Amino acid sequence: MSQASENRPQKRHRLSTRIWHWVNALCLLVLLMSGLTIFNAHPRLYWGEYGSNNDYAWMAVGSSPTQGYLRFGDTRIDTTGFLGNWQDSEGKTKTWAFPGWATIPSYYSLAEGRRWHFFFAWIFSIGLTLFMVRSFWNRHIQQDLRMKRKDWRPGNIWRSTKKHARLRVQKSATVEGYNVIQKLSYIGVIFILLPVMILTGLAMSPAMDANWPILSDIFGGRQSARSIHFIAAFILVLFFLVHILKVLLSGPIDQVKWMIFGGKRKEPAR
Amino acid sequence: MKKLITRRALVTSATLGAGGLLTGCDALSRNPAFQDVLGLAEDANFVVQRALGDRMELASEYSRADISPKFRANGTRNPDTIDYNASAAQSFADWQLRLTGLFAKPQSFSMASLQSMPQRTQITRLDCVEGWSAIGEWTGVPIKLLLDLAVLAEKANFLVFHCADRLGGRPYYESIDLLDAYHPQTIIAHRLNGNALPVENGAPLRLRVERQLGYKHAKYVREIEAVATLDNIGAGKGGYWEDVADYEWYAGI
Repeated sequence: MSQASENRPQKRHRLSTRIWHWVNALCLLVLLMSGLTIFNAHPRLYWGEYGSNNDYAWMAVGSSPTQGYLRFGDTRIDTTGFLGNWQDSEGKTKTWAFPGWATIPSYYSLAEGRRWHFFFAWIFSIGLTLFMVRSFWNRHIQQDLRMKRKDWRPGNIWRSTKKHARLRVQKSATVEGYNVIQKLSYIGVIFILLPVMILTGLAMSPAMDANWPILSDIFGGRQSARSIHFIAAFILVLFFLVHILKVLLSGPIDQVKWMIFGGKRKEPAR
Repeated sequence: MKKLITRRALVTSATLGAGGLLTGCDALSRNPAFQDVLGLAEDANFVVQRALGDRMELASEYSRADISPKFRANGTRNPDTIDYNASAAQSFADWQLRLTGLFAKPQSFSMASLQSMPQRTQITRLDCVEGWSAIGEWTGVPIKLLLDLAVLAEKANFLVFHCADRLGGRPYYESIDLLDAYHPQTIIAHRLNGNALPVENGAPLRLRVERQLGYKHAKYVREIEAVATLDNIGAGKGGYWEDVADYEWYAGI
C-alpha cells in the first residue's frame, strides 16, 4: 500500500473539512450581512488612497425622495424597492443603501454592525488558517485540489466548462474526484479570495496601516482596498450561489448529509 | 423526475429562515451579555494591535500632491454658540486652551503662545468610521510638549479633550491614553493645508491622533483634562460617540 492511499480517509469529506465548512458558512453569512451594515454608513466606493463625498466614486448607491439607484461610473440603474429606497416590514420607506433584510442588525447601527463583523472576522481568520494548515497536513490539498497534468489539457478544460455551463451535473454518488472547474474554483476561493478579504479588511485599519503600510500599498491605497473588499465579497456571493445551485442539482439531501456526517469515499479508478 | 423541493417550498423556507435569522440577530444584538461576547473581538483588536505593532510607529505621511481636493467635514460643522461666535469674530485671538486635572502646573495657553512653540507639520490620512478617507496637511503643537510644560502627574492615565460644540444637546469630548498622547504625530492642530483651521474642520484647535478613526479627533478643543480614570467623564465610556452610539473607545480599526 502506498503512502498516499494509507493516508486516504474512508470518508468522502474529512472531519476538518466538514467542521470548517459549517463554521465558515456561518461566518461568511454574518460577515456579509454585518458588512452591508457598515457599507450603508457610506455607500460609495473609490479608487486610490482617499475618497469622500466630494471625490469621484466609481460606484455609489443613492436615493432621491422617490427613487433608489445604483450608479456604476456614468450608468445609473433604478433600484427602487431594493437599494437606496425601500420599504421596511412596517411599510415605512427607508433610504439606506441595503435593505434591512440583508443587514445585521436589521436596523441601522454602525457600532453593532462593526462588533458583529470583527467578532466573526476573528473566527473566520482563525478557521481559515487552521483549515489550511490541517489540509496540507492531511494532504487534502495535495490529493484533492492540486492541479494534475491531465487537468490542464485544453480538451479537458473545454469539456468541463461545457458541462458546467449546461448545468449537467453528475449525481455526486458517482463522482470520483474534483473536476478542473471545481479545483480552480476551490483553489481560487481558499487561496486567493478569502485571504484577499482578510488582507483588504486589515488594510482599512489605520493602526494596522501605521505599522504595516504595505497592507494598503499592495492594494493601491486604503480606498482601493475598501473597493476590493466589497468586490471580493460579491464574488464570494456569486461562488455561494453557484455552489448552492450545484448542490441542488446533484442531490441536495445526500450532499448535506455527507457534509455533516462525512459520507463514504468512492475509490477513484486508477 | 419527482421534485423533492418545490419552488414554493424553497421560497417559503428561505423567507422564514431569513426572517428567523434576522429576528434572532436583532434580539442578540440588543442583548447586553451577547454584546459583551462580541466585544471580546474589539478587545482582541486593541491588545493584538498594540502588542504586534511598534508602539510608536508613525502613520504614513504623504506628499502635497496626495492631498484631497476638499477635506470633508463631519459631525459639528459650526458650534454656533454665543461664546464661540464671539471668539470666531476676532479670529479666535482670545481662545484659551486650558490644561486641567492631574498636572503639577495646570495652565492655559493662548493661540499666540501655541503658535510660538515648536510645530509639527504632517500630511496624513483621516479614516472615518463610516468608511471614507481624506488626506490633509496639519500643523500644530505636539501634545507631549504641553504635557511637559504643565508637568503631567504620575497618577494620570488618560487625556480628555473637552470641546466647544454640542451634538444632540450633549457636549462633545474624546479621550486617549498616554501611549497615544506621547506619540510624535499626536498634535493639537491649528492649521489645515497651510491655512488657519476652517470652522467646519474644528477651528481654532483640533486633536490629531493618527492611527485612530476620525471620531477620536476632537474638534473645537478648549480644555485638556488629565485623569486617572474615564468613569466620571460623560457617561463613562471615554467619548461622545462611545457614550451615545456605543462606538469603541479604541478606534484603531
